[in-house]
Amino acid sequence: MSEWKLLKGETYGELRGVYAVWLREVKRYIRDRARLVSAVTGPIMWLLLFGVGVGGFLSQSGVNYVNFLFPGIVSQSLLFTSIYLGISIIWDREFGFLKEMLVAPIRRISVFSGKMFGGATDAFIQGLIVLSLAFVFGIWMDPLVFLACLMVMILTAFAFVSMSIVIASKIRSLESFSLIMTFINMPLFFSSGAIFPLDRAPGWLQTMGYFNPLTYVVDALRGLILGHQLVYYNPLTFQYDLLRTLLYGNHIFPLWLDLAVLVCFAAAMMMLGAYVFGRRK
Amino acid sequence: MYAIETRNLVKKFGDIVAVDGISIRVKEGEIFGLLGPNGAGKTTTISILCCMIKPTSGEAYVNGYDILKHPNEVRKSIGIVFQEPAIDDRLTGRENMEIHAMLYNVPRKIMKQRIDEALELVELTDRADHLVRTYSGGMRRRLEIARGLIHRPKVLFLDEPSLGLDPQTRERIWDYIEGMAERENMTIILTTHYMEEADRLCDRVAIIDFGKIKVEGSPSELKNSLGGDVITVKTKELDKLAEIMSEYDFVKDVKKTSDALKLSVENGEEFISTIAIIARDNGVPVESLTHHKPTLNDVFLHYTGREIREEGGAGGMMMLRMMMGGRRR
Repeated sequence: MSEWKLLKGETYGELRGVYAVWLREVKRYIRDRARLVSAVTGPIMWLLLFGVGVGGFLSQSGVNYVNFLFPGIVSQSLLFTSIYLGISIIWDREFGFLKEMLVAPIRRISVFSGKMFGGATDAFIQGLIVLSLAFVFGIWMDPLVFLACLMVMILTAFAFVSMSIVIASKIRSLESFSLIMTFINMPLFFSSGAIFPLDRAPGWLQTMGYFNPLTYVVDALRGLILGHQLVYYNPLTFQYDLLRTLLYGNHIFPLWLDLAVLVCFAAAMMMLGAYVFGRRK
Repeated sequence: MYAIETRNLVKKFGDIVAVDGISIRVKEGEIFGLLGPNGAGKTTTISILCCMIKPTSGEAYVNGYDILKHPNEVRKSIGIVFQEPAIDDRLTGRENMEIHAMLYNVPRKIMKQRIDEALELVELTDRADHLVRTYSGGMRRRLEIARGLIHRPKVLFLDEPSLGLDPQTRERIWDYIEGMAERENMTIILTTHYMEEADRLCDRVAIIDFGKIKVEGSPSELKNSLGGDVITVKTKELDKLAEIMSEYDFVKDVKKTSDALKLSVENGEEFISTIAIIARDNGVPVESLTHHKPTLNDVFLHYTGREIREEGGAGGMMMLRMMMGGRRR
């Protein structure tokens, strides 16, 4: 009985630690007005300037380019924010706060979890803002689809924040930060099919895309948003089309495959992060 | 039981031996100082005791808990104020305190009261709800000390508590530390390279150099152990004068620094003129002669053969960082 109580007390302490680390992340993020503003303006520029510009001469039949681009920009926002927030561990180390967390009587895995949940929450909020832009750009979503998109986004945020923490644990200096932006963000973004249809790209680029976890995020979101978009005006086949989207998708991969890849990737990154972070010199 | 006990603690970083067989015992309620220049191994020792890094070999116990087997128990029972700032400057002072209280699982009911008390102690109540970015260096340090107290640690580690602070602020920090130790009956381990700080605060100090403890004792014991007063002779011909002076019985000890000779002499004031005459008779020009009661500086010189330098690499960096931090505001 007393052992049970002790265990309960310890678990409570760990959870409170996770909460404390999480709370700090979220408070910092919400206070950072500049980031919140750029969270909205960045994607708007992509959609308005890039999307409309490129879309003007593409004039593809069926799907208009801004609609096609939209899920890609949501994915981009998630990716960049997640990577940035995970990397913030380098800042924590540089400005000392990492020590305050590591010396506290909680397990390292709790510090990692707090950091990960915090970063994922922030990335998710940002993604949510961008996703809501859909209504500004006249892309209508069924509430069910909207919810499904949120689920994919949560998974994505967890996966990339964890990945970024793993990378950050290996890096000692702030100087390497821009290298990461160049060698991780850019290749992941461009080879994901976020801004062009991957299935019509050259073979080497497609292969690269298949090994890129972001590809599956873009594919899932595009399947959900555009798949729904196509059927929205056909109320007769709506149920059937939605089911078809869920089972097979109407883009490169079926939705279940996208989700399976994402779940595996997220789980692998979280475990790796917990392992890398948990060691003591 | 000792609050801190280490046995033959060693920490190597590659080829560098940062801590080289340190054994200390600190009694409960004691203020114990680790005194030494930058790079002597003070911070490394503290990092080991706080379970931040693992020792290469040796044992250490904090409040009776083995640092290797029960790091969580150790962490629960200690507080630490790092040499370099470890507060989040994008949060307010109070928020920093709250997050700390949660990390240490301070019961919710008493959390607010503890935080208020700690803020009161360091006179930061007025500024508690301002962002730490707007604090001065001294205020940040005070906040960190207050934060270290919220969870009522049995042992408090202070790593260079007054580094980079101006003399006035330093004086105030010392007052806080003294008051705190008295009120809470806490064991305090502090590292410093300010002799004055160690002298003023510590019940006992250990002089540490190149990872080894050279000597240990209360400040007055250590000073008395030099066997008299210190007479400093400034001259260009150090070697010659050193040789001459060591012939005389009244000179207990001769140490050379970069530009002066330090002689240990009992009842020093009576011998100043004698020394001047001896120097003149031997044709050694003397620039100045001063006499003072021994300080921990002299103790350090005596046991390590060199003077402690106040401006070391790490300290300089620290000052630079604080200055830059100030400008970012």
